[in-house]
Amino acid sequence: MGEVIVITSGKGGVGKTTTTANIGCGLALQGKKVVLIDTDIGLRNLDVVMGLENRIVYDLVDVVEGTCRIKQALIKDKRYEGLHLLPAAQTRDKSAVTPEQMVKLTDELKQEFDFILVDCPAGIEQGFKNAIAGASRAIVVTTPEVSAVRDADRIIGLLEANELRNPKLLINRVRPDMVKRGDMMSIDDIIDILAIDLIGVVPDDEKIIVSTNRGEPAVTDTKSLAGEAYRSITRRILGENVPILNLETEEGIMFKLKKLFGLRAN
Amino acid sequence: MLLDLSKIFGRSKNSKDFAKERLKLVLIHDRANVSPQFLEMVKGEIIKVISNYMDIDEDTLDIQMTRTKSEEGDRIVPALVANIPIRNVKNSGK
Repeated sequence: MGEVIVITSGKGGVGKTTTTANIGCGLALQGKKVVLIDTDIGLRNLDVVMGLENRIVYDLVDVVEGTCRIKQALIKDKRYEGLHLLPAAQTRDKSAVTPEQMVKLTDELKQEFDFILVDCPAGIEQGFKNAIAGASRAIVVTTPEVSAVRDADRIIGLLEANELRNPKLLINRVRPDMVKRGDMMSIDDIIDILAIDLIGVVPDDEKIIVSTNRGEPAVTDTKSLAGEAYRSITRRILGENVPILNLETEEGIMFKLKKLFGLRAN
Repeated sequence: MLLDLSKIFGRSKNSKDFAKERLKLVLIHDRANVSPQFLEMVKGEIIKVISNYMDIDEDTLDIQMTRTKSEEGDRIVPALVANIPIRNVKNSGK
């Protein structure tokens, strides 16, 4: 029996879709059968982030309306064994799907897949309600900014009100240099405010944009620090006890070395 | 060097401290989901009930939403804190 995990944030642009793509790909690399569902109807993006945009025939709305069977709409990622995508419809809106339909869909997918990751749209309206309907676990993505943390807090409240207890926090786009000089809230600051468990920290990394350009999740890039972060998050989801990536020291050493040679630390 | 000097002479607050403080305040209201009007209503009702038993100073009465650690676990929960100065306890209650 598979598990349904929703990836949500409240605020847009904090990295829900990138997170979904990387964790999904990471789980597949660990030998799991995974399906990613894009519930951002009308603004679909998980397909391009995954590099699967040219292979869409049917979508989520086609499935719930019975236009096709689930199997027909699932896109199998040929690069990573076990990874599948159910894309969102682009020409419809959020009201084309109901929470009841989502529960039915995820219940069916649970029979066949180990993990069903639901990429939630921004906001707290219909799209959010659809995305969380069938989920039993939640990951809340935030960045170290007041607006994103505020929205994360609101989402945590709404998740708990909908019986999704114990959501986990993923802090994205952390810049250790800024944290160090006191111009960015630290991991501890954010946890102190939101009072929930941390699933992982992802550094702000140029490689994320490079990998999105190519349509290949960064989790597969062994040289990328963000990729490393996503790999450890994946293992934590599988129940392994992996220490949180210590960004301060890793960056710190490079920082000092570069400084020593008079180079600009970047 | 500049940084170290300014630290010695008591540097002003970092921008992240502002972020944290502002967030904490705004979240108190977000979490409690209360508007100032709502708080005024609560205040009015409390005055009405307490006035039956004691004489209170309505002008200096203060009711605020704040947050506190919950009794079980480490969760931060909203709390209603009221400071109600009593002038005189009425005897009619006896």
